[in-house]
Amino acid sequence: MLLISCPNCGSRDETEFHYGGQAHVPYPKNPNELNDRQWAEFLFYRDNTKGAFAERWLHSTGCRQWFNMLRDTVTYEIQAIYPMGTPRPDAAGRTTPDTGTASTAADSTTTGTAAPDISGTSTATTGTTPASTTAPEGATK
Amino acid sequence: MSADLLPEHPDFLWRNPEPKSSYDAVIVGGGGHGLATAYFLAKNHGMTNIAVLEKGWLAGGNMARNTTIIRSNYLWDESAAIYEHALKLWEILPEELEYDFLFSQRGVMNLAHTLGDVRESMRRVGANKLNGVDAEWLDPKQVKELCPILNISDNIRYPVMGATYQPRAGIAKHDHVAWAFARKCDEMGVDIIQNCEVTGFVKDGNRVVGVKTNRGTINTEKVGLAAAGHSSVLAEMAGFRLPIQSHPLQALVSELHEPVHPTVVMSNHVHVYVSQAHKGELVMGAGVDSYNGYGQRGSFHVIEHQMAAAVELFPIFARAHVLRTWGGIVDTTLDASPIVGNTPVDNMFVNCGWGTGGFKATPAAGLTFAHNIATGSPHKLNKPFALERFETGALIDEHGAAAVAH
Repeated sequence: MLLISCPNCGSRDETEFHYGGQAHVPYPKNPNELNDRQWAEFLFYRDNTKGAFAERWLHSTGCRQWFNMLRDTVTYEIQAIYPMGTPRPDAAGRTTPDTGTASTAADSTTTGTAAPDISGTSTATTGTTPASTTAPEGATK
Repeated sequence: MSADLLPEHPDFLWRNPEPKSSYDAVIVGGGGHGLATAYFLAKNHGMTNIAVLEKGWLAGGNMARNTTIIRSNYLWDESAAIYEHALKLWEILPEELEYDFLFSQRGVMNLAHTLGDVRESMRRVGANKLNGVDAEWLDPKQVKELCPILNISDNIRYPVMGATYQPRAGIAKHDHVAWAFARKCDEMGVDIIQNCEVTGFVKDGNRVVGVKTNRGTINTEKVGLAAAGHSSVLAEMAGFRLPIQSHPLQALVSELHEPVHPTVVMSNHVHVYVSQAHKGELVMGAGVDSYNGYGQRGSFHVIEHQMAAAVELFPIFARAHVLRTWGGIVDTTLDASPIVGNTPVDNMFVNCGWGTGGFKATPAAGLTFAHNIATGSPHKLNKPFALERFETGALIDEHGAAAVAH
């Protein structure tokens, strides 16, 4: 179970959230000009990064707001949480150690920790809503 | 169904050769699919100067982690054709490989819990029959007769309204399947090279001519990728993209019990699938974790969810204990169908995207992928599963239609 720090609501269990896949995939600027290959890229091809991955999450049973997260797809460590419509924070300096085969201990699945926030957005713990998180530009599902 | 029936633990069944400097073909991935591909390359196409490269130990990835269910009751013609061909191969392989890997055709039941499920299921039974796949519709009473421990009462959240049943489906000992293929490959001269991780490819223009590994560079005429969850990583090294997302998929076993569960029961709606292994442990799986992941582990709430479903359907499981849970990395596509065929790189071929249900397809994946690698063009069974379908739009949308999230 990931523990996810919603920018609006604070730390909540993963079960309150809905996964939205890769972030920063804009709708084509001139859709009429795309060929079949380019449409396929937009519809079906997404990065499948091993390591730091920018992805979208929806706090579906909380504030119902979308936000972006930078998460390591090997360790599942949450590295940053930042508003939609803002650029991906720099993840330089992070390494992705190969963890090899998984531990079978049940508690090893609890990997989510409140992220060190490098986007400048407050990881609100009081339930207040920072203005910077209410800009769901491009927040399509 | 007891421990005495299991074959004795085998002695070493294959050599551990040093990689040669060159091969006619290199298969990346020493799991079930990679080994089956090498087997059919050697047997059907006479290509014995080939190697299977495995970064860990043989069949230690998803081949070691799946729930071993084998069935072919898929909705669409293309899927039914390839999975039914696989099932027919499963039926003859123990003899052909001279290895009894305990393929047990105990039947697979796919439960229906809603009116929508019932309609979909009946449609699938009809489609299966037209494609020569054995399929029946069972009412709740017949479900209970075949699997007496199932709760068919109306007083549960999602009552059992019936099921589809494929009598020829079943389970097999997954490790033994891999070892059976590996032994035959080795006998025919195939080099199975473990602890050999691919770190890059050597290309001449757009043609692959070699594989870089942690044990040196290996020249080769052809490369077949069969790396499941890590397919995207390999494709990136080779300079192309795949429409794949890698997710954790978890499964679990209970401690050993006396035989209580005579068949295989799958439920898409409440999301669990259960069989009882030959030794006696209850084997269960569910759907993938929602997020992308290469960690070979998932979140525990997914396990809780599938346990809740299992206990409601099988009340006697309430007193069983979870002995072990684990996860693998599955390579999912958006139409829930595999990708087998050519790639944008010349002489490089890919077999991936089997997602949560690749084990059952092992023999047919090997057969068709070997054909594709040897001849350069697809076998008629894997032709519809080419990468191009994402551009042409000829998707094979098996989501939900194929009984369960595999």
